[in-house]
Amino acid sequence: MIENFDLSLVNWSRGQFALTAIYHWLFVPLTLGLSFILAFMETLYVRTGDEMWKKITKFWMTLFGINFAIGVATGIILEFEFGTNWSNYSWFVGDIFGAPLAVEGILAFFLESTFVAVMFFGWNKVSKKFHLASTWLVAIGANLSALWILVANAWMENPVGMVFNPDTARNEMSSFRDVVLNPVAVDKFLHTVTSGFVLASVFVIGISSWFLIRKREELLARKSILVAGIFGLVSGLMVALTGDTSARTIAKVQPVKFAAMEALYDGSTDAGLTVISALRDSGERLGEKKVHEKKLKIEIPGLLSIMTTGQQGGYVPGLKDLINGNPDKGILSVSEMIERGRYARQVLTDYKVAKELGDNDSMATLAAKFEDKDFTDNYFRYFGYSYFEHPWQVIPSVPVIFYAFRVMVGLGFFFIVLFIIAVWFHRRETLEKNRWFLWLALFSIPLAYLASELGWIVTEMGRQPWIIQNLMPVHVAVSNISAGAVQTTFWLFAVLFTALLIAEVSIMVRQIRIGPKH
Amino acid sequence: MDTAAKTMHRIFRFYYDGFRTMSWWGKRVWIIILIKLFIMFLILRIFFFPDFLKVNFSDDRERGDYVLEQLTGNN
Repeated sequence: MIENFDLSLVNWSRGQFALTAIYHWLFVPLTLGLSFILAFMETLYVRTGDEMWKKITKFWMTLFGINFAIGVATGIILEFEFGTNWSNYSWFVGDIFGAPLAVEGILAFFLESTFVAVMFFGWNKVSKKFHLASTWLVAIGANLSALWILVANAWMENPVGMVFNPDTARNEMSSFRDVVLNPVAVDKFLHTVTSGFVLASVFVIGISSWFLIRKREELLARKSILVAGIFGLVSGLMVALTGDTSARTIAKVQPVKFAAMEALYDGSTDAGLTVISALRDSGERLGEKKVHEKKLKIEIPGLLSIMTTGQQGGYVPGLKDLINGNPDKGILSVSEMIERGRYARQVLTDYKVAKELGDNDSMATLAAKFEDKDFTDNYFRYFGYSYFEHPWQVIPSVPVIFYAFRVMVGLGFFFIVLFIIAVWFHRRETLEKNRWFLWLALFSIPLAYLASELGWIVTEMGRQPWIIQNLMPVHVAVSNISAGAVQTTFWLFAVLFTALLIAEVSIMVRQIRIGPKH
Repeated sequence: MDTAAKTMHRIFRFYYDGFRTMSWWGKRVWIIILIKLFIMFLILRIFFFPDFLKVNFSDDRERGDYVLEQLTGNN
């Protein structure tokens, strides 16, 4: 089946979506985090009446405004792509995505047209408290807006709360509660927004450090470092905590992704947590995929078992278990899943034939299967596997995910240390004396963006080949359009987004150089 | 002028004054926003990103049947 698909079309469509999402995500996390930092700073202004806090708030609000304005609507392009490049997918999940995305659209519209306007135009025109409330509502609204997008994204990784309608070929929402409280959605939302808080904190500390290096705006810089240092430290610890719960959820709902993150091929009751390692081709093959071995590894014995299962000696399945099956551990082989998926697809095919013949009795019987728990739990849940010929085709790129995950986690802990040092030096009033720290903080800004993007690379590349976990592979989701058309728009986007990025960086750098005296 | 009209007038003045007294960077980002929205909605959306199913099929029944064909692999 897979051979029938135009892989260049699939790959260009995939590449285009990745390009758009990566660029879009350059703007989003700063908005999520800086909005809260602004709210804290303005709260300090309103509570203390200290004009310095107003000056600080207005300076960071300028940078927030530039980032917000350049980034606004860049996510809409992703929705264009759904309709053009991913029409099978859009149709298949339309009813599930519709509700969260509609809520997000309404929230974003009211937020952007009302409270952002009060934030920027309302100084000295509305009361201090109303202005402060608007700033808080922008922060809360922006983060709630992210919630709905992440709920939709989480559904793709753990599709719940729906019933498949064979007549319309669409999944229909049966429980909004299940979709919103999907464990993947809860973990993803908390982990993603707190990582945005960390990025914004690094940004504020980095820019403030630049002022201290240049011996300018020292009071603004020191106060900003204090607020961002404390906010970043709390957020960094939250990122670590939510990352842990998130990994445990992934181990349950996307075990192949989890095993790939750890490059774990052989399951173990004493699985160690690999801190860092180099992956090498072992020469062994799992189907047609390379089996990698870990060289020069630093590993904490047994810790992965404890972190994943919550108990010492808990069994963590490896890729070999997950692909070949392990009856002793109740793990179904992918071959078996392919067979079950094919049965589910045959039922759907029979329904389609009955529909074409106008055989209402057969249609009713076959349609009832899609509401039958035994059929949905044991067959339809493996529907997407029917599109694969070989079990190894469901293994994602292990090295990319393994390294991306480690760099992301390593940077996350580095930022926590950075925040601790920032607060410590602030308390001791030695920030200016430790110029190495100021330079380190400044050069940490791109690292925060790198960590943030790597998080999405782990998430999205880790779930390949699925666009909807177990239900729809990426190659089935694409529209029947020419690869050339997708290539053209790929380069159009590359140019457009690069221009936007250059515009943002140049306007922002100019405003930073001017400082708060605008 | 009744209360509703006064409120509308105040809201209008709020936005009008805000845009009129906008800073250098504010004007620049608004220019960028307008160019961006023009490119996205009047060029990309119309010429490069038609909705595949809406363009090729006239109603939801046809769209559903087409996707069903795609899913069952008998196309």
